[in-house]
Amino acid sequence: MDLSTRYCGLALPHPFVAGASPLSETTEGVKRLADAGAAAVVLPSLFEEEVREEQLATAAAFDFPSESFGEALTYLPEPPGMATVAERHVERIAAAKAAVDVPVIASLNGTTDAGWLEHARAIEAAGADALELNIYFVATDPEEPGSAVEDRVVAAAAHVRRAVTIPVAVKLSPYFSSLAHLAGRLEAAGIDGLVLFNRFFQPDIDIEALEVVPRLRLSDPSELALRLAWLGILSARLRTSLAVTGGVHTVDDAVKALMSGADAVQTVSALLRAGPHHLSVLRAGLARWLAEHEYDSLGQMKGSMNLRRCPDPAAYQRQNYRRMLHSWRP
Amino acid sequence: MAPLDHGAPADARSAATTRTIAVDGNEAVAMVAHRLNEIAVLYPITPSSPMGELADDWSAHGRENLWGRIPEIVEMQSEAGAAGACHGALQAGALVTTFTASQGLLLMIPNMYKIAGELTPFVMHVAARTVATHALSIFGDHSDVMACRQTGFAMLASGSVQEAHDFAAIAQAASLRARIPFLHFFDGFRTSHEIARLEPLDDETLHALIDDEAVAAHRARALTPDRPVVRGTAQNPDTFFQAREAANPFHDACPGHVRAAMDALADATGRRYGLVDYVGDPEAERVVVMMGSGAETAHETVDRLTAAGEKVGVLKVRLYRPFPAEDLIAALPATTRRIAVLDRTKEPGAVGEPLFLDVTAALAEHMATAEAPRFAAMPRVTGGRYGLSGKEFDPPMVKAVFDALAAERPPARFTVGITDDVTGLSLPVDATFGGEPEDVYRAVFYGLGSDGTVGANKNSIKIIAAETARTGGHAQGYFVYDSRKAGAVTVSHLRFAPRPIRSAYLIGEAQFVACHQMALLERYDVLAHAAPGATLLLNAPHAADAVWDTLPTEVQEAILAKDLKVWTIDAAAVAKEAGLGRRINTIMQTCFFELSRIVAPEVAIGRIREAIEKTYGRKSPEIVRRNRSAVDRALDHLYRVAVPKAPSATRRRPPPVPETAPDFVQRVTAAMLAGHGDGLPVSAFPPDGTWPTGTAQFEKRNIAAEIPVWDPAVCIQCNKCAMVCPHAAVRVKVADPAALAEAPATFKHVPYRGKEFGEAAYMVQVAPEDCTGCTLCVAVCPAKDKADPKHKALEMAPHADLVAPERENFAFFLDLPEADRAAVPQTAKHVQLLEPLFEFSGACSGCGETPYIKLMTQLFGDRAIVANATGCSSIYGGNLPTTPYRADRHGRGPAWSNSLFEDNAEFGLGMRLAVDKAMESAQALVLALADRLDDALATGLLTVDQHDEAGIAAQRERVAALRAALAGIDDPRARALDAVADYLVRKSVWIVGGDGWAYDIGFGGVDHVLGLGRDVNLLVLDTEVYSNTGGQQSKATPLGAAAKFAMAGRAIPKKDLGMAAMAYEHVYVARVAFGAKDAQTVKAFQEAESYRGPSLIIAYSPCIAHGYDLAHGLDQQKAAVDSGHWPLFRFDPRRLAAGQKPLQLDCGPPRIPLSDYTRNEARYRMVERQDPERWKMLLKAAEEDVRLRWDLYSYMAGFSEAPADDATAPAAD
Repeated sequence: MDLSTRYCGLALPHPFVAGASPLSETTEGVKRLADAGAAAVVLPSLFEEEVREEQLATAAAFDFPSESFGEALTYLPEPPGMATVAERHVERIAAAKAAVDVPVIASLNGTTDAGWLEHARAIEAAGADALELNIYFVATDPEEPGSAVEDRVVAAAAHVRRAVTIPVAVKLSPYFSSLAHLAGRLEAAGIDGLVLFNRFFQPDIDIEALEVVPRLRLSDPSELALRLAWLGILSARLRTSLAVTGGVHTVDDAVKALMSGADAVQTVSALLRAGPHHLSVLRAGLARWLAEHEYDSLGQMKGSMNLRRCPDPAAYQRQNYRRMLHSWRP
Repeated sequence: MAPLDHGAPADARSAATTRTIAVDGNEAVAMVAHRLNEIAVLYPITPSSPMGELADDWSAHGRENLWGRIPEIVEMQSEAGAAGACHGALQAGALVTTFTASQGLLLMIPNMYKIAGELTPFVMHVAARTVATHALSIFGDHSDVMACRQTGFAMLASGSVQEAHDFAAIAQAASLRARIPFLHFFDGFRTSHEIARLEPLDDETLHALIDDEAVAAHRARALTPDRPVVRGTAQNPDTFFQAREAANPFHDACPGHVRAAMDALADATGRRYGLVDYVGDPEAERVVVMMGSGAETAHETVDRLTAAGEKVGVLKVRLYRPFPAEDLIAALPATTRRIAVLDRTKEPGAVGEPLFLDVTAALAEHMATAEAPRFAAMPRVTGGRYGLSGKEFDPPMVKAVFDALAAERPPARFTVGITDDVTGLSLPVDATFGGEPEDVYRAVFYGLGSDGTVGANKNSIKIIAAETARTGGHAQGYFVYDSRKAGAVTVSHLRFAPRPIRSAYLIGEAQFVACHQMALLERYDVLAHAAPGATLLLNAPHAADAVWDTLPTEVQEAILAKDLKVWTIDAAAVAKEAGLGRRINTIMQTCFFELSRIVAPEVAIGRIREAIEKTYGRKSPEIVRRNRSAVDRALDHLYRVAVPKAPSATRRRPPPVPETAPDFVQRVTAAMLAGHGDGLPVSAFPPDGTWPTGTAQFEKRNIAAEIPVWDPAVCIQCNKCAMVCPHAAVRVKVADPAALAEAPATFKHVPYRGKEFGEAAYMVQVAPEDCTGCTLCVAVCPAKDKADPKHKALEMAPHADLVAPERENFAFFLDLPEADRAAVPQTAKHVQLLEPLFEFSGACSGCGETPYIKLMTQLFGDRAIVANATGCSSIYGGNLPTTPYRADRHGRGPAWSNSLFEDNAEFGLGMRLAVDKAMESAQALVLALADRLDDALATGLLTVDQHDEAGIAAQRERVAALRAALAGIDDPRARALDAVADYLVRKSVWIVGGDGWAYDIGFGGVDHVLGLGRDVNLLVLDTEVYSNTGGQQSKATPLGAAAKFAMAGRAIPKKDLGMAAMAYEHVYVARVAFGAKDAQTVKAFQEAESYRGPSLIIAYSPCIAHGYDLAHGLDQQKAAVDSGHWPLFRFDPRRLAAGQKPLQLDCGPPRIPLSDYTRNEARYRMVERQDPERWKMLLKAAEEDVRLRWDLYSYMAGFSEAPADDATAPAAD
């Protein structure tokens, strides 16, 4: 069965891409994922805040206590070759790239476009095959209109797009008032792919200590529905490639995503639960499903159920909502 | 090691092309020593530490010596150890050096005799520093090197940064040829820390000075089994003497080798030196003879005096041993009639100081024996002392010496630079002989350590030195640091001139004065440094037209009187806008260049930008961006202040201490605080180094921008805020509500929640002028407002709004009666109601050590005697002007002393022996007088149980009754008993110090004192690194942590000092971390003190050298415990006697990964950043070590889980 697909200009033998996770943090991990059959591997993000915080913390630790006291003009030695977070990140990309044959997709996570360009260029120079921008931003400022948030996202993406020649994908959150419009603007800015969606690690509350605590939760299949809807809507309108991430755990989930218009399927939680081997389960399962359902190729199925091609387009729109409510009437 | 331009142009190779760099004396020496040696073995000591650190840094960066090898730098456990290792390496044929000073040099003396006696080429570089006598001093004089003049070492003195660089090479060249070891010295701080323009010796020149055959000969003398010999024999009366004399020819030839090396250097560089150098009128009648940096000041003064026609001169002694008598005679003008020999040391009881004696003997011998004496008559020689402990030595003082020589009867002995109204030895100094040459541009900057002023100034010197080098420009920078670490004040003295600068003294009047913090104008006479017409630059948080009105009368008057041009910038606002916090350095630096115009401002700003890039570029582009943005904006915010015709202020500067302070504090401490200590006469001082305690309370520094505010409605009265406060600036108290009737309007209190004190009021009070703003109290506060959990019972708020009412509140609070010690329950929570007898020290903001000391004083301070090892705790504990230990209202409190770094355990043991002896005498006398005393009283005095506060109180009452009874007994024994009666009250001996003392230099003594079994309490404030001298590794440094001399991360686990002590079985041992479990800490202190044998408490102490914001220090203590890095335990021999397992673990098994602890601290992070693979290996080894240690402890404790005993319950309950 021909499972090949194109994602962000990369020719992939099948659509299953290992998403950014602790599994791809080390070179050995990347190798394990590739050996398990990943079509491509997305490396964990370089976080804008981490880069900045490390720099400020370094200055605070090394320089700020210095030159105050005659007996101790400094308190810490400055060893040679102290690599920054960004440099270590880039080194890991190069190492991963050297270790595997499958495409290696690097990712950057940030909220502003300042400082991204140098990292993007360094990532390209390290040999990454593509770059995923994770523009993670929680709009908490009531003074800032949605249009300004969107402008920022588009500007950041466009800057990076112009700075590098490798394919650039943007990982989006679903929380935009007009996602289709924003997606169109990103496509117009030359973005090669959209990844739907990033998952907010929403905070939890420690009710004893009265503290807000971060909590990591793995995805579950219920999260797929939202992604299917937007894959269906966007794939009908855009030429830019699409990847789904979040909620794909089984072959059936993958089939749905692909039918909705995904060019690639990123999995993370399923791999964390079941191990890298799950990639080959998905790949074999998809091939079997296509054969059993007498598809010629994956291409035949991709996008077949999107807003343009599905038998009931109204299902993607308001009518669907209305009908659903009615169906719940006792 | 400056924050800006970190060692940048200091690379000798790149310097070879630029031909001029600006470095300090330590770096100038290290640049040579590192290239000429293959091994450096050392031990850090101020002010020599940077030499070793630089050498280590260069080796870590792969810098090679002249022979293409990377020198190995090894830190030892003490200078004695370093000297031994040097000796061994020399014997085995290596080229070895060391760097040291002061007490360190003294510890090397035994090996120096050996090294010299064996005719070994070797150079040690000494940043000469005062030897501790009545007090320790880190500053420069020659008392240390003078203690070595009998060792057989040659001694070579440098007087400037350039000389220190050149003489480092000359010493080594001569040593190799002469086979005489050299002690090369230069003045601590004055030269070691002065930055000056330097023409560095390039590799080729340096190598040309070194005789490769002499190197080969040294190696050929190596001990080797391939050519076996024996050295270090024991000799007897028949031979020792002759053998000792056999070395004479080598010593005799030594000066010739020095002269040859000097000549070779002159041929290569044009810089010509002699064994002695004379400067002045060729027909001078009055000559000063001296060594070191003071000779440069004398040189400068002689130039001025001879230009004015005076027949004077100065003779600089370069080679002091072997003493070049003939050169000295020959160099003196034949017209010399009177000589003053100035020594920078004091030798009590001697006929005169050493150089004076040498010169006198040389002259006398010459006049008595020369066939044609050089002088018509024996010159009259007089000896003077100057500059002890870095005391200023300036041109007026030189002039005073020449004036004294001109007197009809010059004083035979004198001092200069002080006012001696006790023995009348000091010369009068005419301060009006001031003023420096007009071609010297002088600038003085007042700043804070935290604002980066010194770093920026060091960078400015480098910029100016580089930009003006082509036209022969010179630059000099000297920096006066604070003796306190929190809110440290720095004063930078910068000179620029078109010729060499010889001014080895502070700037009097400057053309440019900058005050980088307005608060300093309130505390110091900053404008005393301003020359008439000078430019004054202020960093003021006001609009330009509002600045004038904020100035106190004295400042306004000085501005008007001196006609100063005043400029202002709100640098704090610019820095804040640029995201730089309190770092205003590059902003002020930009303004300095704009206003001073020493270098074209646009050129200078370009260089500032380059320096920012060079300093931060690699490690912090974000900081580069922020600084550049600040520099770009700076000049837009710089304004000229319009100065009115007359002063308009209605307030004067506040006095340095309150008028209510005791007389001594008013007379002496206040002068020192105001920066006028130099003017205090000899009679102002206690002659034996004994000072009053409790004077820190009189210095109100107001250094916090924000201080905590208490909300009684939210407070749960846990007292943790008071427990963690490093400066005793947060206090808690219970009081009779009736006592609060007269409380100030804003004084807060609530009903006390407990019943122990009846119906009492409870209050938390902040000392608003003493708080350093560290926020630990807020961090520890567990009480949150239910409706708004962000709001805690303590919150930080702006100091300016609070200081006035809280000052009044704090005074009222202090006046309220203290709780009855006997009535305070001995729980962690309640003991915070006991008065701290250690307050407002100069420790770092957020210091992790001081809470332990404070706790000790709360629990036992009124009967404690403290032996304190040299280190942070001796500096914040006893560095004048003020003293943080204090007495309670009965006049009782800790008696404190510091002996040395290495001997503290022994020092404290001695105290115990004396106290016990006194108690024994008292008991014997009670027994002897028993029949004349009340039976119950005598029996009570001798048998009382003093294990708790009630017992102590009862015994004090008995002693009072005893004294009353003794008054009526006419018997000499009664008088004797009266004198020692207080010793019937049990004394608590505390031996306090850091890990450098306990694990390294003092370990032998610690071990022995523990082994003796006497009742002493050792408190080890374990910061896991040498904190006071700037972060060198100790054997307490953990596996995986980087420190100086362990830059790649220590590969060996820290020594388990607790385990070593437990092996004795009779030692009480506890490992504590107050931020993790304060109840366990308190319990450990109580148990340690109550145990009648030796006790050892090892206390985890977060430190600035760990590389994180100490506001998170409590969390890190928790993480250290939770990760298993710092298991909490108590080992009590009393349990052993009771048949129980003596070891109790007070924490559970590790429950977070070690990396959750290490990742928060730069000392670990930097290892990961250098070499992630090595870090992985180290972390794995550290995890393994944690596991093994836990297994071992839990095995010893007899269980694998933490016991649930009372010490583990949180104090808040």
